[in-house]
Amino acid sequence: MKKLFMAAAAASLLAVTGASAQTKVGVLLPYSGTYAALGNEITLGFNMALEEAGRTGEFEMVKEDTEAKPPVGLAKARKLVLEDEVDVIMGLVSSGVLGAVRDFVDGAEVPLIVANAGNDEATGANCSPYISRVSFSNRQVSGPMGEWLAQQGVKTAYTLAPDYAAGHQMVEAFTEKFTEGGGEVLGGEFTPFGQTSDFGPYLTNAKSSGAEALFVFYAGGEAISFVKQYGSFDLAKDLPLYGSGFVTSPLYVAAEGDAAVGVVAALHYVPTVDNETNNAFVATYKEAQGKAPSEFTIQGYDAAKALMAAIDSGASDRASIAKALRGLKFDSPRGPVEIDAATNNIVHDVYIYETVKEGEGLTQKILGTIKAVRDEPNGCELD
Amino acid sequence: MDAGFWVLQFLNALQYSMLLFLLSIGLTVIFGLLHFVNLAHGALYMMGAYLGISAAALTGSFWGAFILAPLGVTVIGAILYFTLIDRLRGAGPMNQVLVTFGLIFVFLDLARIGWGDVALGLSAPEGLSGTSNLLGVAYPTYRLFIIALGAIVMAALWLMLSRTQIGAMIRASVENGDMAAAMGINVGRLFFAVFCVGCALAGLAGVVAAPVFSATTGMGISILIPTLIVVVIGGLGSLQGAIVGSLIIGFIETVGAAFLPSFAAVASYLLLAAVLVLRPQGLIPARGS
Repeated sequence: MKKLFMAAAAASLLAVTGASAQTKVGVLLPYSGTYAALGNEITLGFNMALEEAGRTGEFEMVKEDTEAKPPVGLAKARKLVLEDEVDVIMGLVSSGVLGAVRDFVDGAEVPLIVANAGNDEATGANCSPYISRVSFSNRQVSGPMGEWLAQQGVKTAYTLAPDYAAGHQMVEAFTEKFTEGGGEVLGGEFTPFGQTSDFGPYLTNAKSSGAEALFVFYAGGEAISFVKQYGSFDLAKDLPLYGSGFVTSPLYVAAEGDAAVGVVAALHYVPTVDNETNNAFVATYKEAQGKAPSEFTIQGYDAAKALMAAIDSGASDRASIAKALRGLKFDSPRGPVEIDAATNNIVHDVYIYETVKEGEGLTQKILGTIKAVRDEPNGCELD
Repeated sequence: MDAGFWVLQFLNALQYSMLLFLLSIGLTVIFGLLHFVNLAHGALYMMGAYLGISAAALTGSFWGAFILAPLGVTVIGAILYFTLIDRLRGAGPMNQVLVTFGLIFVFLDLARIGWGDVALGLSAPEGLSGTSNLLGVAYPTYRLFIIALGAIVMAALWLMLSRTQIGAMIRASVENGDMAAAMGINVGRLFFAVFCVGCALAGLAGVVAAPVFSATTGMGISILIPTLIVVVIGGLGSLQGAIVGSLIIGFIETVGAAFLPSFAAVASYLLLAAVLVLRPQGLIPARGS
């Protein structure tokens, strides 16, 4: 009995000291609405990294649902900082929400690790020493596609994307790099975001443009509808489809089915990336979830990796965590990554991949790798 | 832009119109007969898509879903009828709008819990998955199937309403419910039957739309607005109005999308405003209203 008591006392003492050293992480992700699936994937990846390292006890997570609404996101960010007094915030799927919380976290001097939202300004003209991004910038994803496509000898392209910030930035970066490589964009259209379910009229326009290739940016439910409708119009022969990688994301490709076969896209992560870290990661993930991980899982995973690395370097409070994240390098399943000291944006390899059929399912065949893609400062001055 | 381009856009518009018709006909007949504003109609459309995906997985065939999804939605509709709608019939439009608006969110959450947040796809049936040559263009066979289905439903409803005894009873009840009841028509039972048909059509539209648009939890809300516009433009409670309204909105939105995407959404609202100002009863109003 006495022994048991001593053990219990020791355990509770450990728990108490453990708690005092805990890092409080505010999680700002959509858990309902259009992007809920992405929020769940990112959370899953984040937890996986902590579990793998056996360090779940070191972090206390306070989760808040942003939906995809900027005012909600801002209110929740205030709550996390002022009421819960978190040491660091992780998350943000929607660029709109990132735009809304940017000034607040910058002013409150709370480190924010962005795990999805890709708007270029966040690590460009509006960059902040407190905002680091482990996901991607929009330019970083679609620029390499333009470059690669031009290298393949494709001369003309037509573009389609939803009519909001990310859509415009993706098309702009694609056009820039494609043109630099000698290609020409013959035309394009921005489809009303969240209101377009029938892409038939746009596909008909694209076909009549006479372009050699179609470049698109669509994500989530829109990507599924788009790819399926593209497939049903039987355009693959005359107008092959290229995209920013989200269009055939492993998260959605099963719902797209055969229509996705042959689509070539650029992305910073696909489950077939062949390196030791990733092979181990994919095996663990498949065992637990029964499916392949997605780029969103990796973004959550790397957010936790970055945070742990920052803490290991001796950081403990808001200011030191923010400082430690800058310039950090670590090995990710997507390959070696670095948080660019000039912009706080991630530097990573971008993969050009084709969705191919393998047995019953679909998988990603890597056609090319563009090494260490670094987004230019684009007006960012951190010092 | 050659002739093929115009044929393709014409078919695109027709296909969208038929889908709008399947939805708006249920909504408008329920309104015309019951004087009931059922905003949850779009949610029933969403349930049709999700039930269809599950039914297709169970039966292993699209056609299983094609039969079972409308039946499933009809059952949901019948439950709604007895628990809420029948009781709210005398409660006035404001209460009906609020309750059925709330139902949209109930169904949205039910779908999220049941089917998850990732959008789901449904494969078109084997024989309808390719393209067919029509008027010199290759057009997705499945979309032609939607056009044909809409036309068949249109013709069937038309015949039923204008040529059968039940149709005569429905027309009489729309025109003057009290008088019809006095003539010995069981108006209550007739209402229920019509409500069920409306629900079945919403379910049918959902399952038929799933292979083209994929199923998302937001699909019920996004389709509701164009459907309401169709019903208002056409004339509340009117079958012909629903036909004309769906064709107008289908063509405006498709042609708008092809030439001026940012203006396309506004165009429908402008037309709606014009109709409400110039002809508030709708283009082809039902005679009873």
